[in-house]
Amino acid sequence: MLEINAKGIYYRDLNAMIREAVAKGEKEIVVKGVNGQYYIGDGLVGNSTITIEGVPGNDLAAFMDGPTIRIKGNGQDNICNTMNGGKVIIEGNAGDVLGYGMRGGKLFIRGSVGYRVAIHMKGTKKQSPTIVVGGTAGDFFGEYMAGGVLILLGLDAEDGASLAGDYLGTGMHGGLIYVRGEVDPNLCGAEVGIGEMDDEDRATLKETLTEYCKDMSLSFDDVMKKDFKKLYPASLRPYGNLYAY
Amino acid sequence: MFRSLAPPEYLAKIDTIKCIRCKRCIQNCGWGVYSWGGDKVLINTSKCVKCLRCFHYCPEEAIEIVDSPTRFKSNAYWGWNVIRNIKRQAETGGIPLTGMGSDLPYTILFDNLLIDACQVTNPSIDPLREPMELRTYLGKKPSKASFETGLDGKLRLKEKLPPQIKLKLPIIFSPMSYGSISLNAQKVLAMAAKECGIVMNTGEGGLHEDLFPYKSNVIVQVASGRFGVNPDYLNAGVAVEIKIGQGAKPGIGGHLPGEKIPLEVARTRMIPVGTDAISPAPQHDIYSIEDLRQLIYAIKEATNYKPVSVKIAAVHNVAAIASGIVRAGADIVYLDGFRGGTGAAPSVIRDHLGIPIEHAIAAVDDRLRQEGIRNEASIIAAGGIRSSADAAKAIALGADAVGIATAALITMGCTTCGKCYTGNCSWGITTQRPELTARLDPEVYAERLINLVHAWEHELKEILGALGINAIESLRGNRERLRGVGLDSQTLDILGVKPAGR
Repeated sequence: MLEINAKGIYYRDLNAMIREAVAKGEKEIVVKGVNGQYYIGDGLVGNSTITIEGVPGNDLAAFMDGPTIRIKGNGQDNICNTMNGGKVIIEGNAGDVLGYGMRGGKLFIRGSVGYRVAIHMKGTKKQSPTIVVGGTAGDFFGEYMAGGVLILLGLDAEDGASLAGDYLGTGMHGGLIYVRGEVDPNLCGAEVGIGEMDDEDRATLKETLTEYCKDMSLSFDDVMKKDFKKLYPASLRPYGNLYAY
Repeated sequence: MFRSLAPPEYLAKIDTIKCIRCKRCIQNCGWGVYSWGGDKVLINTSKCVKCLRCFHYCPEEAIEIVDSPTRFKSNAYWGWNVIRNIKRQAETGGIPLTGMGSDLPYTILFDNLLIDACQVTNPSIDPLREPMELRTYLGKKPSKASFETGLDGKLRLKEKLPPQIKLKLPIIFSPMSYGSISLNAQKVLAMAAKECGIVMNTGEGGLHEDLFPYKSNVIVQVASGRFGVNPDYLNAGVAVEIKIGQGAKPGIGGHLPGEKIPLEVARTRMIPVGTDAISPAPQHDIYSIEDLRQLIYAIKEATNYKPVSVKIAAVHNVAAIASGIVRAGADIVYLDGFRGGTGAAPSVIRDHLGIPIEHAIAAVDDRLRQEGIRNEASIIAAGGIRSSADAAKAIALGADAVGIATAALITMGCTTCGKCYTGNCSWGITTQRPELTARLDPEVYAERLINLVHAWEHELKEILGALGINAIESLRGNRERLRGVGLDSQTLDILGVKPAGR
């Protein structure tokens, strides 16, 4: 295990240190005293585990492909931007624009998230991204969604409170969103269908949430006590009839 | 079925006496104009786009394609296309699409600018005998240079120069994605770029493995859909470009329809086969210059500080935006004028939004100089560069290099018919239909594109020679060597150019 003290270190130098350690094959890296340094794990390829103590800055794990990053506190904006693979676990809350254009890997957040989270997530049969939010989410959650799985749990939300903001899943043309509780159709765009869970959905949830609960030290059974709603794309071609040829 | 009241644009005619019934026109037409009627070729002229594929491949010269003589009553205000678009919209309720750059008769400023030449008092140079330097480096330049003497006794730069893209001449191939054009068309661009010592740009469609051998002549693009973007992709080329906008469709995104996404395109874009590839209008992680800076540096961190280009459409406030882009850390600002090409754009957007590239170059160059940051980034100007003269004028107005795309496609057979969005291109350029793409032989057409670039290279050298200068660097931003003809004083003022005769 390698321990790095990030106190007072410029982000470029800190990232170079982490990159070098991963390149040398270091499997366990603990970065202490992180205080807003940007771009940690940006474009990082490998299978190391990095634990962050403190609050890392924006764009953590952007373009990342492989490593696991655990943040022991809150995260900021743009985490997992266009991420290709790997895993980010955030034990606190996180900011805006998480998982933009994310193509693979997992982002687990214990707390709540801000606006524009999981916009234009996409996936294929071979590669599919997953985001689980333990708390609530702001506007534009899952906008333009083209693939992958998005789960919104609202664990600490009051009964009847809306878990997501406006424009939920607007422009969705792939992937699935699961919300633990009721979904007000007025929040969603015309491109979104709201349906009940089937066996396949339950299997997906079980697999993902078992892992999530283990990572977050939560009880899976408690999480599953409430019913989920499924949001799906009403059409794979939402704008197919827009044009005159 | 209801017959469209939008009349055919063209009339395809076959001289039945000359026709030998070889059916080659039926094979060659990607639009389904021709079919076999048992003893003669039948013609469905409403499908004709006047791409002239059949004309060129008819062995008997029996085919003629003319503008349909049946037109609405001529009217200088309610033009043919105006009425036709209304009829199409009335029938479909849709947005009329179009391809290529705008063809409306707005003033073409390039055609109102003339280049100086030497007479008597300053000698011109003969480029056939004297060396002419067209080599161009794109990237940040230091604001001052300091030197030290090395161990070998030679002077060298004290500080490390920021990364530069070396071009043999100030021309690049503008971004066109795999999906909007065929892989064979991209191969033509890549092969020609390598041979000519310049670069091509992938556009937002990923980098197909067949282009890996050309990596050192490729700029990879990151746009709002983030198609095909992963760490390998970012590190594949010589630079990364963030596409904010496109001259033909500023402020709007792109929809590559599912039927144009066969397996190979899907694999390269890293999306499922047959689903729409939607590039949102904005990049939702960029709502400000500060956000842009974040993405620029996220890419630099992921690529060990490769140059980053930011492409924007030329819009009204382009100078201030470009200043922000430079301050956000971009190494290159790519300006795309409203005449810029497109594979598909709503015609209302293409024809009515944005500003000409000539204004944009002058405004941006002025602004960056005034702010003392012109050295911080190179300017690539694109959007309607038709000839080496346009290129020379753009460079004299302040660009470091120009981007060409339509001109490059024309070398592959394109006749600017403007129907790229249909995916039926009979020349195999803007299509993914295998029977059509197979006819675009990359090696054959790469040679034509190389010829074009070499011809422009010679022409640029001749222009420099006539100007009495021996390096493109001396023409860059040298607006004193341009004069305007028939331009009003305000336009001349914006362009920073004197009227002819003064």
